[in-house]
Amino acid sequence: MSKLMNFNLRDAGAGIWAGWNRPTRTVFVVAFVVLVGLLPFAPSWGPTSFLNTPIASYIDVLVFPVGMFVLMALGLNIVVGKSGLLDLGYVAFFAIGAYSQALLSTLLGWNTWEILPVGIALAMVSGVILGLPALRLRGDYLAIITLGFGEIVRILAINIRGTGGPNGIPGIPNPPSVLGIKFGLMDSNNFFWLVLFMIILVVWMIRRFTVRRPGRAWEAIRQDEDVAELMGVKTLVYKLWSFVIGAAVGGAAGVIYASKVMVISPDMFKFELSILILACVVFGGIGNIWGVILGASILAYIPERIRFLTDARQLVFGLVLIIMMNLRPDGLLPRKKREKIEAKRTI
Amino acid sequence: MNFSVIQSQFPSLLLQGLALGLIYALVSLGYTMVYGVLRLINFANSEVFMIGTFATLYLQTNIMGYTNMSQPIHGAKLWFTMIASLLASMIVAAIIAVLVEVVAYRRLRAKGANRLASLISAIGVSIVLLEGMSIITGAQPRSAPRLLEKWSFGEIAGANFRIDTMMAIVIPIIIFVFLNRFVTKTRLGKSIRAVSMSEENSKLMGININRVITYTFLIGGLTTGAAAFLFMTVYENTVFFIGFNMGIAAFTAAVLGGIGNLRGAFYGGIALGLMEQFASAVIGSAWKAVTVFVVLVVVLLFKPNGLFGEAVQQTRT
Repeated sequence: MSKLMNFNLRDAGAGIWAGWNRPTRTVFVVAFVVLVGLLPFAPSWGPTSFLNTPIASYIDVLVFPVGMFVLMALGLNIVVGKSGLLDLGYVAFFAIGAYSQALLSTLLGWNTWEILPVGIALAMVSGVILGLPALRLRGDYLAIITLGFGEIVRILAINIRGTGGPNGIPGIPNPPSVLGIKFGLMDSNNFFWLVLFMIILVVWMIRRFTVRRPGRAWEAIRQDEDVAELMGVKTLVYKLWSFVIGAAVGGAAGVIYASKVMVISPDMFKFELSILILACVVFGGIGNIWGVILGASILAYIPERIRFLTDARQLVFGLVLIIMMNLRPDGLLPRKKREKIEAKRTI
Repeated sequence: MNFSVIQSQFPSLLLQGLALGLIYALVSLGYTMVYGVLRLINFANSEVFMIGTFATLYLQTNIMGYTNMSQPIHGAKLWFTMIASLLASMIVAAIIAVLVEVVAYRRLRAKGANRLASLISAIGVSIVLLEGMSIITGAQPRSAPRLLEKWSFGEIAGANFRIDTMMAIVIPIIIFVFLNRFVTKTRLGKSIRAVSMSEENSKLMGININRVITYTFLIGGLTTGAAAFLFMTVYENTVFFIGFNMGIAAFTAAVLGGIGNLRGAFYGGIALGLMEQFASAVIGSAWKAVTVFVVLVVVLLFKPNGLFGEAVQQTRT
């Protein structure tokens, strides 16, 4: 039993991966992406029909929450996992992305593809505005400031004129077609593939960052901030970067989300969502991209799958969190053992 | 913006703010004491508060048989009901707090898991308590019977010294005085402080860490339960998600005062209560949370350890 508990799938997987040559890796990645891309058709094929969600529309569940949670968890993982900063208000960036889509499309008539860079930029700017004062603080003080920021964004959305107050903004247009791919009300498959494409892009970006200077700087900051500073790492600058890049991913997710659901309201961006995304990161394995993806998919999918339990489903969800964290405190796919010893000290 | 309110209602706002702030201070003890020994945010404390309010309610309605139609009671019967409700709320909250420690923290601590893992399991416990109570109460808000007639001691410059307001001021102060003596004078109190200074060293001095941690949760639960009783006496209603706002406010208060010590919780709670009252009077209650957080950011920028925090406040190894 204890051997099973200590079995580290991530290390085993990394070992196999290291043994492959380049063509094998390419084939594997392509095959994997195609397999995930086929997920929308799972319910109509016998052996995978158990995946179908009984009450919610399966294909919509794949876009939100599953796809969006994976995207946001990857973004939050840059902040929490890579550089070890506890952010409890990540939903704010998601909300900023969603509200830029809603306001710019309904007021100025811009389309989603024009808004996407603007939404990302706005999320990044707000990341700087929040990060500059907050990142000078450490640990749990940072946590409470980010929590407050998340609440402030929601309260602003409720109270300032022009955001529709508690009722939100209806009538957000879907994105226009690109290369003949339509993104209408009935084209949830295309939305799923769009989100999948964004996820792949983000994974690629994170992997690039990890092996370059920012990744090394984040790693140093996570392990020991004082030592990193003494070694000449500009800690504030790199912490700010990780914050801003995380914000950008959240903002992008928000823009696409708003154009998918067509109506947004402040209720969608509550503190609970920040916590849920953080739970995805920790549940899957802090700092490990594949763990985070797996954790987010599971935690987003389970509540929809057990929707037939109605009232009790959140209760079951809470129990799953407790039991899983007790069985595997480092998450489903923990990061490398070498890094884990250090992680205990900082996070 | 309506600054004239401050002039016209100053004494009244001061009194209300003080009462609210001291309730916050009691709840924030549940965060600050646990943070002191574990360096962890006790996320489930908001649900401990919520269950405390329901303990008061159920004792008065289901066990003692009062209804919302009941007339206020007097004399010995009133004393008995109030003290019984206070004790029930404190004891139930303390039991839940200790359960939280056992379920969410103990195993993970034994395994030497990272801090975020405990945070998530505490959030899991919090969800279970929240949703469990939502099912039990049918997600309906409940109002408590008004057993205490709300007579006033008198009025000074518009400030109404009502009995429930006074209770919400006097009882927390008594608890704080008592608790302060407890942590400075008794053996257990001293060991709690020792663990919060250095876990390793207290272990070497022969302190049973697990026992100290359990007692810390117990004390945090007791004070949170007392706060829940006072809340029910003053505001007279509860709902299953009531802990959320209270939890955020109390945690903010703890950080504002300097998390990890008693004085911080006390003054942080009062500061937050006053700020909320004055902010809602001047710029409207919709903006009170924004004001609170802006003030919090400014305070932390100039005093990164809170108003009364220790000088050395690093994430411990």
